[in-house]
Amino acid sequence: MKPFTLATPTDADEAVRLVADDPDAAFLGGGTNLVDHLKLGVATPGALVDITRATSAEITDLPDGGPRVGAAVRNGDFTADRRARERYPLIVQSVLAGASGQLRNMATIGGNPLQRTRCVYFQDVTTPCNKREPGSGCGAHGGYTRYHAILGASEHCIATHPSDLAVALAAVDATVRVLGADGERTIPFTDLHRLPGDAPERDTTLAHGELITAIDLPALPMARRSLYRKVRDRASYAFALVSVAAAIELDGDRISDVRIALGGVAHKPWRAHRAEAVLRGARPLEETFETAAAAELADARPLDGVDGGNGFKTTLAARTIVAALRDLTEGARS
Amino acid sequence: MDAAISLTVDGEGYRLTVDTRTTLLDALRDRLGNISPKKGCDHGQCGACTVLLDGRRVLACLVLAATVGGAEVTTASGLAEGDTPHPVQRAFLDHDAFQCGYCTPGQVCSAVGMLDEVAAGWPSHATTDLTAEPRLSQAEISERMAGNLCRCAAYVNIVPAIEQAAGEVR
Repeated sequence: MKPFTLATPTDADEAVRLVADDPDAAFLGGGTNLVDHLKLGVATPGALVDITRATSAEITDLPDGGPRVGAAVRNGDFTADRRARERYPLIVQSVLAGASGQLRNMATIGGNPLQRTRCVYFQDVTTPCNKREPGSGCGAHGGYTRYHAILGASEHCIATHPSDLAVALAAVDATVRVLGADGERTIPFTDLHRLPGDAPERDTTLAHGELITAIDLPALPMARRSLYRKVRDRASYAFALVSVAAAIELDGDRISDVRIALGGVAHKPWRAHRAEAVLRGARPLEETFETAAAAELADARPLDGVDGGNGFKTTLAARTIVAALRDLTEGARS
Repeated sequence: MDAAISLTVDGEGYRLTVDTRTTLLDALRDRLGNISPKKGCDHGQCGACTVLLDGRRVLACLVLAATVGGAEVTTASGLAEGDTPHPVQRAFLDHDAFQCGYCTPGQVCSAVGMLDEVAAGWPSHATTDLTAEPRLSQAEISERMAGNLCRCAAYVNIVPAIEQAAGEVR
């Protein structure tokens, strides 16, 4: 492992300055992904800045009625929060569906969306990877593609984003509070992550030295009727093949509002705007759910692979969307 | 690059200087001679290195020692009260909840931390009603212990052991 300095500031401005002034520096949160990358040689920073004391570990109430979740809140503490459990089942379920109890006690709400792809070619420094080593090529194309993208991929990168939490935050239109050397700004959560295009080395729209200080959740009363459904190769402690975060609001026999985001299918949490458009104002019928899912996946481009490829994901994603909507409207359909 | 830290491990205070690259697991095993937490995968996938850090179960292989100065660490070897094993340790013995034993210190620490989480009302992926107090079914135990792998597959005995311990710890 390459030697690095370690700073543990108690102030966010200082943490930002330490990283912004040093191109070789990186923020360290819970460390569940980055420390592993230090061992694997995937990440080789010369300086680490621990931000777990520099950002808030509290959940506070915003004037509009939504909570502000400090970046240093541990995933486990978030799932224990009674208000979050009552008001945002899809978010709490997304966190509970990820990793293990030990990892959730370490990982932070601010760091979780910034974890990097689990593409095995990205994590194996002996194979080419445009995300790890821009211009080196993509080892995943034509390789094992079971966990890779069916939406929004490019010739340069077919990796998927591994976070469950990020899928739920995309569905509810959370807001990311970011501190940089020039001050604070906010980013709609759906604009935090990017598609790979020709720059897959950039997972997000954050600049070097920009620090997530908190995630703001909108009041969004409809989130009480929501869920996170994750399909994986084993019952627990595995990344998603496909996941769906969904919330729905019914008015009489019509869907008045709906939020859907998909995980495991793209380089970013995939907000299903097309499916939502089909569903808004419609009756909650099984065939409408199927039409909505088909609309969202119309542009899906499954990959070939030595493992048989990932063509199954298009069907799986459609069925998971339908199943999630069915669960959410149980009793409301006749 | 070195960092000077203090740690309390199983009730004993230590001051040590570590390379910033040193994990808590390596500090415990190689510097302090506490070989109770095991190095299984060293990548956060197996749970053999599980310890209690300020009372919470964590993976010592993914914690940089220099980031937890001042912390209180409990390993499986620090759980007993004198010659009396911790109820979770006793239950593992009663139920033969291991074969080779390599994963056991991690399993035991994880179970102790997990039972505290249940007592505090934390839900899990297996919890149907997120707003209700969780009840520790076998499905709940399996889910909550999913981060501890046992290559001997002693799970069928680990789950009842934890059920027994849960009754005693409560």
